[in-house]
Amino acid sequence: MNGKSEITEKYLALFKENIDRISAISSPYINSFREAAYEKFSELGIPTKKNEEYKYTNLNIFFDHDYKNYFIPEEADFVKAEEFRCDVTDLDTHGIVLLNGFYPTINEKLRQLPSGVWIGSLNEAAAKFPALLEKHYGKYAKSETDGLIHLNTAMASDGVFVYVPEGVTLSKPVQVVNLVQSDEDMFNQHRNLIIVEKNAEFSIIICDHTLSPKKFLTNAVTEVFVGENAHFDLIRVQNEHNAACKITHTFIHQEKNSVASSNNMTLHGGLIRNSTYHYLGGEGAESNSYGLFLADKWQHVDNFVNVDHAFPKCTSNQLFKGVLDDMSTGAFNGRILVRPDAQGTLAYQKNNNILLTDDAKMDTKPQLEIYADDVKCSHGATIGQLDGEALFYLQSRGINKREARLMLMFGFAHEVIQNIKIEALRERMDNLVMQRLKGELSRCASCMVKCG
Amino acid sequence: MLIIKNLKASIGGKSILKGITLEVKPGEIHAIMGPNGSGKSTLAAVLAGREFVEVNEGTVLYQGKNLLGMAAEDRAKEGIFLGFQYPIEIPGVSMVNFMKTAVNEHRKHKGLDPLSASDFLKMMREKKEMVEIDSKLANRSVNEGFSGGEKKKNEIFQMAMLEPSLAILDETDSGLDIDALRVVANGVNKLKRSDNSFIVITHYQRLLDYIVPDVVHVLYDGRIVKTAGKELALELEEKGYDWIKREVENNVIA
Amino acid sequence: MEKDQDKILSDVTSGEYKYGFYSDIEMDRIPKGLSEEVVRIISSMKNEPEWLLESRLKAYRHWLTMKMPSWPNLKIPHIDYQEIIFYAAPKKRPLLNSIDDIDPELKRTFDKLGIPLEEQKHLAGVAVDAVIDSVSVKTTFRETLAEMGIIFCSFSDAVKEYPDLVKRYMGSVVPYTDNFFAALNSAVFSDGSFCYIPKGVRCPMELSTYFRINSANTGQFERTLLVADEESYVSYLEGCTAPSRDENQLHAAIVEIIVEKNAEVKYSTVQNWYPGNKEGKGGIFNFVTKRGICKGENSKISWTQIETGSAITWKYPSCILRGDNSIGEFYSVAVTNNHQQADTGTKMIHIGKNTKSTIVSKGISAGKGQNSYRGLVKVLKNAAFARSFSQCDSLLLGDKCGAHTFPYLEVDNQTAIVEHEATTSKIGEDQIFYCNQRGIATEDAIGLIVNGYAREVINKLPMEFAVEAQKLLQISLEGSVG
Ligand SMILES: Nc1ncnc2c1ncn2[C@@H]1O[C@H](COP(=O)(O)OP(=O)(O)O)[C@@H](O)[C@H]1O
Ligand SMILES: [Mg+2]
Repeated sequence: MNGKSEITEKYLALFKENIDRISAISSPYINSFREAAYEKFSELGIPTKKNEEYKYTNLNIFFDHDYKNYFIPEEADFVKAEEFRCDVTDLDTHGIVLLNGFYPTINEKLRQLPSGVWIGSLNEAAAKFPALLEKHYGKYAKSETDGLIHLNTAMASDGVFVYVPEGVTLSKPVQVVNLVQSDEDMFNQHRNLIIVEKNAEFSIIICDHTLSPKKFLTNAVTEVFVGENAHFDLIRVQNEHNAACKITHTFIHQEKNSVASSNNMTLHGGLIRNSTYHYLGGEGAESNSYGLFLADKWQHVDNFVNVDHAFPKCTSNQLFKGVLDDMSTGAFNGRILVRPDAQGTLAYQKNNNILLTDDAKMDTKPQLEIYADDVKCSHGATIGQLDGEALFYLQSRGINKREARLMLMFGFAHEVIQNIKIEALRERMDNLVMQRLKGELSRCASCMVKCG
Repeated sequence: MLIIKNLKASIGGKSILKGITLEVKPGEIHAIMGPNGSGKSTLAAVLAGREFVEVNEGTVLYQGKNLLGMAAEDRAKEGIFLGFQYPIEIPGVSMVNFMKTAVNEHRKHKGLDPLSASDFLKMMREKKEMVEIDSKLANRSVNEGFSGGEKKKNEIFQMAMLEPSLAILDETDSGLDIDALRVVANGVNKLKRSDNSFIVITHYQRLLDYIVPDVVHVLYDGRIVKTAGKELALELEEKGYDWIKREVENNVIA
Repeated sequence: MEKDQDKILSDVTSGEYKYGFYSDIEMDRIPKGLSEEVVRIISSMKNEPEWLLESRLKAYRHWLTMKMPSWPNLKIPHIDYQEIIFYAAPKKRPLLNSIDDIDPELKRTFDKLGIPLEEQKHLAGVAVDAVIDSVSVKTTFRETLAEMGIIFCSFSDAVKEYPDLVKRYMGSVVPYTDNFFAALNSAVFSDGSFCYIPKGVRCPMELSTYFRINSANTGQFERTLLVADEESYVSYLEGCTAPSRDENQLHAAIVEIIVEKNAEVKYSTVQNWYPGNKEGKGGIFNFVTKRGICKGENSKISWTQIETGSAITWKYPSCILRGDNSIGEFYSVAVTNNHQQADTGTKMIHIGKNTKSTIVSKGISAGKGQNSYRGLVKVLKNAAFARSFSQCDSLLLGDKCGAHTFPYLEVDNQTAIVEHEATTSKIGEDQIFYCNQRGIATEDAIGLIVNGYAREVINKLPMEFAVEAQKLLQISLEGSVG
């Protein structure tokens, strides 16, 4: 508290050393946030376990390390990224590839899809759509507790921009493939902004991959605006190697009668921390937050969810599950806040975890903070093993124990997966999870890195 | 089919079954009745292979094989089916996937190839019609959100799918309305052949109006205290269990 | 209908505190403020042995280095420790625990509270240690219990008569380093109860300590130490009240319980300190550290608490389940009305194999009250087959109050099963309607429903007190409705 940690000092210095180079390639509007964010980061620092929100996650091993910083992209890198192909068959999407948080194309950094939808580089969009940026950029990613969000605002210069105008339904989802590749250990931060206007409908898939066996640290912030009566779906598929640390902060701001879902599928990764903030900012809004992780070896997965019921008659749902093998560790930290005037709130939260070995460890901290009386809120959390009764039921029908265990684990995971609305992706997830559970997939699908 | 000799079993050190002897021949239907807590479900659990029930003494031969040494799933594949008193909900596991796995495990055991997806679905359809269960149930997760009656009908449906040689139905009739009761009874009657057997555990004579037992046993305090023809069920319905209790107590004293 | 109900709700949730009187008893007080000197004065007034003074000083010096905890979900006004009187005792103290030496005003005070100090008058089967401000004034049935080898006396007497036992166990469960208020208590504690149940003895009566804060500007810092030797059993109850005053008063106690093999301790609390007035003025700050250890195998600790009083409550009666097969239980009803705040719950630390814990917490918030459940269930690596179940429900009466739930589950053993469930809802309109439809008026229906809601916990209290607790619950919520 008193006096900043050495690690924090290091990143403050990093900012000072590079801010001119970063600013030079970024749009002035994005630059205008940097100083204040720097101050805020300097006040809050890199989160430690003393921070209630990071009580179960030690970031030091990744932050206390010297990385090559990827502030300015190099053209040579882009060529390699072009070779990457998504292997989900039947998945028909509008694709975007990001390499280390930047656009590996020179020409079409921002492109228009049918019905006036724009997708592409945030930095480009800042120049092309100043009014949109002014209205939304930096408006939702706010925190009085997490310094990493401000570190991102201080230093990020690009990422994905999506604009779906009023009343437009984009039938195909947008798929963002986030590639991380470098011959040296690398730290990168990118920033996404998604604007889904009134009565619009939009879904996005974000897939994370690491392509070279180096130590990587990613600190990404995504801001989402979901206008009145709009529908928004976000699915994250995380598939990174064991020496990679991925930290995501997603802020979903919802207006009246909108419906938004977030689904974090964590299949692989060294240290993963997903913070998802749902702000129900208008009557009748509905939010769904899902998460599934399968962890083994020394992996650590931490899901943090904050659902803020600021208006009456909103509904929220949280379902997070984890399967922990070997000496992996996991954490869940979910909060439901019902503000004084948010009458008629319905809020549910469920967190279930299965420990497969004696060395696995799970910590969970579901929280309800309720300041209105006409509410129905509940949460439940369990940490345990497969249900013995269910196991017997399956065996009594002639299914052998190994198979029965597998079915139960799959069923356990499928409860989360079934919420993915895009059928091809849902099937792919079922498939990957089944392979992973069978032990046939000891590393990421389509991975060239043997991180064993 | 099934020969139980002097079976004694306990749960957590507490003796529950205190010496049961029973023989079920192919083609027979046996009813087991008795007051709550007398050990009926425990007997069913022993036969199906629940591990928390400890067998302390006695033997159980099923089709000439020692049943007690076998794993639960092997017993199932050998043709033993237990209709649970309280079928458990298994969220996330679809009925289709569950049944397909079970049917194919049974087929593998018999040296048959797995059914193709379309053959399997056809079989599901046929059996659903046969036991008159709502086809929507089969699209859900196992027993999840089913009403009490739907769960019981689902047990009968599974029985139809797996075609057991020995089916043990543990209070499959309790909590059912008259229509559901008829569905359960019809299921049993349609599946009954000369080479398979049923043990029907029930509280009520009602079910036995539809399923006519060859033999009726009364289980009381871990022992079979009376065995007779189907008229015994009627007598029990009329007089309750008290006279049996008295009779047992008198016998013990005498 | 809606309007009506709101009005009735606000009527029934504005009861008066019935124990708010002040008794004019002649008291010895030391000057206000806290220093090493004050710690020495307290110790010397009690003629304490050197080792105890040393232990107080150590605690005091450690306390100086500590900060008040900021993590509870509470708004705590600044406490000026130099404005508190740390020791106040009735002038005329009985010698040899004799009833004749007690100040008649003091006797009347306890009579008024329903706690007669004469044994013949007392509820059959309950032995009482009566503590007023800083000291114990009378312990009933001491001799009767002594015949069975049970020691039940004031903490001060125990220090003199059983120094070895006190030395062995004091601070062994709650060390002075544990937290800010534990350190403070360890430095300035004045009195409290001591209880030892020897091997194989089932204590034949309820043991109980009754705490009364009487003097103005004083803090109360008592300690309870309870040791249940192998195969023994005791049921223990504490109650407490204080006069209504405009300023806040501090109560910072420590309770330590040690339970050996096959022994069982049931510890019940009916906490009814002055809660402050309707505007939130005055009331007791109740900052208490309670912890028990199930040392031996098959041992058991069961905490039951009915928390209706205090302006601010901060307490987490906890169990360290060290012995194999040991059991920890926590049953709690906490009511916050008007401006009351409570941050309460438990910690269950599973260390031994096959250990079990059960947590049932019922929060009731009314007026502008804020009620938080905070609990930790921790299963250590070797605690194979540990089982823990928590159910934390919150009931909201009115739209200005708050109910919060902060469970922490930390599991490091594969064979453990840890479950937590919580619900928050307002009092059910359909339940009220159901009662109305059967001819029960809404205000009675609310009383009925709240009591039904708390029943599971109230039923855990010793019979004699369950009725009391039920009444208290109605009084603290219902005012005139009885
Ligand atoms: N899992 C169990 N653990 C401990 N006791 C059990 C368990 N299951 C059954 N019992 C006890 O075994 C006895 C017989 O129960 P059960 O077989 O269910 O009776 P029935 O089916 O005839 O009503 C009862 O006393 C019951 O309490
Ligand atoms: Mg039964």
